Amino acid sequence: VTKLGLVRGAVFVALLACFPFIVHAHWVLNIAVFTLMYAGLASAWNLVGGFAGYPSLGHAAFFGAGAYVEAIWFHHHSIGSGYLPFVALPIVGLVVMVASVPVAWVAMRTRADVFAIVTITLLFVAQTLAFNLRSLTGGSQGIGIHPPPFALAIFERPFYFAFASILVIAAGLTFLTSRSRMGLSLLAVRSDEDKARGVGVHVTLAKLTAFSVSVWLTAMIGAVWAYYVTFVYPQFAVDPLITIAMVLMTFLGGRATLWGPILGAFILAPAQQYLAYTYGASRLYLLAYAAVFLVIMLFLPRGIIPSLSDRRFARTRRTILAAANAVAGEQVEQRVPS
Amino acid sequence: MRNFVQAVIIGVLTGGVYALMASGQTLIFGIMKVINLAQGALVIVGAFLSYSLFVHFGIDPFLSILITTPVLFGLGMLIQLAFLRPLRSDDAAEMSLLVTFAVALGIEGVLTLTYKTNYKSIQTSYANKSFDVAGYEISAVRLYAFALSLVALVVLYLVLERTRLGRAIRATVQNPTSALLLGVDSKKVAAIGFGLGAATAAAAGAVFGLVYAFNPNSHYDLISRLLSIVILGGLGSIGGAVVGALVMGVASSLVAVFGSPVWSDFTFFGVLIVVLLIRPQGLFGTTLRGAS
Repeated sequence: VTKLGLVRGAVFVALLACFPFIVHAHWVLNIAVFTLMYAGLASAWNLVGGFAGYPSLGHAAFFGAGAYVEAIWFHHHSIGSGYLPFVALPIVGLVVMVASVPVAWVAMRTRADVFAIVTITLLFVAQTLAFNLRSLTGGSQGIGIHPPPFALAIFERPFYFAFASILVIAAGLTFLTSRSRMGLSLLAVRSDEDKARGVGVHVTLAKLTAFSVSVWLTAMIGAVWAYYVTFVYPQFAVDPLITIAMVLMTFLGGRATLWGPILGAFILAPAQQYLAYTYGASRLYLLAYAAVFLVIMLFLPRGIIPSLSDRRFARTRRTILAAANAVAGEQVEQRVPS
Repeated sequence: MRNFVQAVIIGVLTGGVYALMASGQTLIFGIMKVINLAQGALVIVGAFLSYSLFVHFGIDPFLSILITTPVLFGLGMLIQLAFLRPLRSDDAAEMSLLVTFAVALGIEGVLTLTYKTNYKSIQTSYANKSFDVAGYEISAVRLYAFALSLVALVVLYLVLERTRLGRAIRATVQNPTSALLLGVDSKKVAAIGFGLGAATAAAAGAVFGLVYAFNPNSHYDLISRLLSIVILGGLGSIGGAVVGALVMGVASSLVAVFGSPVWSDFTFFGVLIVVLLIRPQGLFGTTLRGAS
């Protein structure tokens, strides 16, 4: 832990905590809530898509599953109102996690390509299930949740802090991952899985752990989202756009970095929300997403943060080299007999 | 027994349509080792093009293929040249997967803006006709669709087996490095191969539009089916894709008849999981990149 990193983290958390007490406009807070939601989602995706290099295209399925578990629990056995649904979040996450691990195990037996295929299929399966298990999910009618009984003036606040807490947990886990044996194992898997297995890395364990944690976080975020929007429809809960957003934000900021997904989300999520408010046509941003995605892939494939640190590294290297050359030059001059 | 035979007939006819789409998909994988997540979207593009030609100019979908095939061939080449060729990072395989996904989204976006999200279907005069063969009902559209898919597959086979280009493509599939050393222009092969794979989407799209209702969103459904088929058949094997498509077609049709139509959608996923558990390389596939 560097001192700078500690300061950065503390300032970030402090700013997060203060924001809703400084800004009161509902539309800004609404954007902030969604930005934090996406930052959490991207950080969760980064654990498996960034560190392990297994690009999951089906994380929207786990988001939707979390939303549905919350809504169904609410609907059939009232979890109570107010803050209680927030307390139940870790359990909601666990339920989805346990359900998803067998599929992940099968999908991860082969490599990243097939994993991507299985996860994109899973997305479709989850949506079809949501449409068709009518007795449980209400089909295309969706399920309602009683509107939360929070005072209108501070309505966004509980959700803001719920998303912020999950984001901080996700960032904390990412930090732990990047500084631990676990993170090293995952990076080894990403660069050469066979070699990693050969030198004794517990490949399967590492991959499944990263995946489970990622799903747990994603499902919790889905559950908070369900409580915030109070209505869960299949096409919005299991939306491929959510998957895309997670992937896109992580790639924009930088894969397998702590701040990359957060930075990516803080850039893209407000832009997306703002565009949705001003232009309304939500399907227009499908095109915008695709365009941004392609531009990043082609021109900034490593993301903002790694590119920046590359540049800084190159600059430092140049200065050191220049200094070394200067010293070497002086020495040469000294050696030349005058 | 009657139901069983009827279900198998429908399954084979459906499988034939999927066989064409899946062979394009697997061809692209064979040549470039790229899983083309835009294949489903390309099929939907083919369906919408045929739809427009039918509605505005009264061109029969089976004839419109002559127009849409070159269009999709060009579109495929364009995608390869513009988005896939420039990728040069270490993990080009992962990147190209995501790039094709982005392309699929872009196509969905353009289609949504042009055609809105309502379901469309191509209603020809023979849409509801059916033949009666030995007491079994065979829908005319499905039969024509099946025949067309067969013709297209034969054309594809002839291109691959009997032409110089086809030989270059097959050489690249077998061993890219040796092919390159023997003077195959691998960049050109990749572009043309992607174009060919996309071109199969034209015929497949017309046929898909005749048999099913579709909207710009349909490609998620399609791509998950196609990928399951391709994995069942073995990535890169065109024969495998055909067999895989027939197996999946019959299996889901049997589930639809003896279970419920809702669950037949899940047959694909079920088969996919079973294949990955028992034989990850698929029926006719060589071992996948690092598959254990």
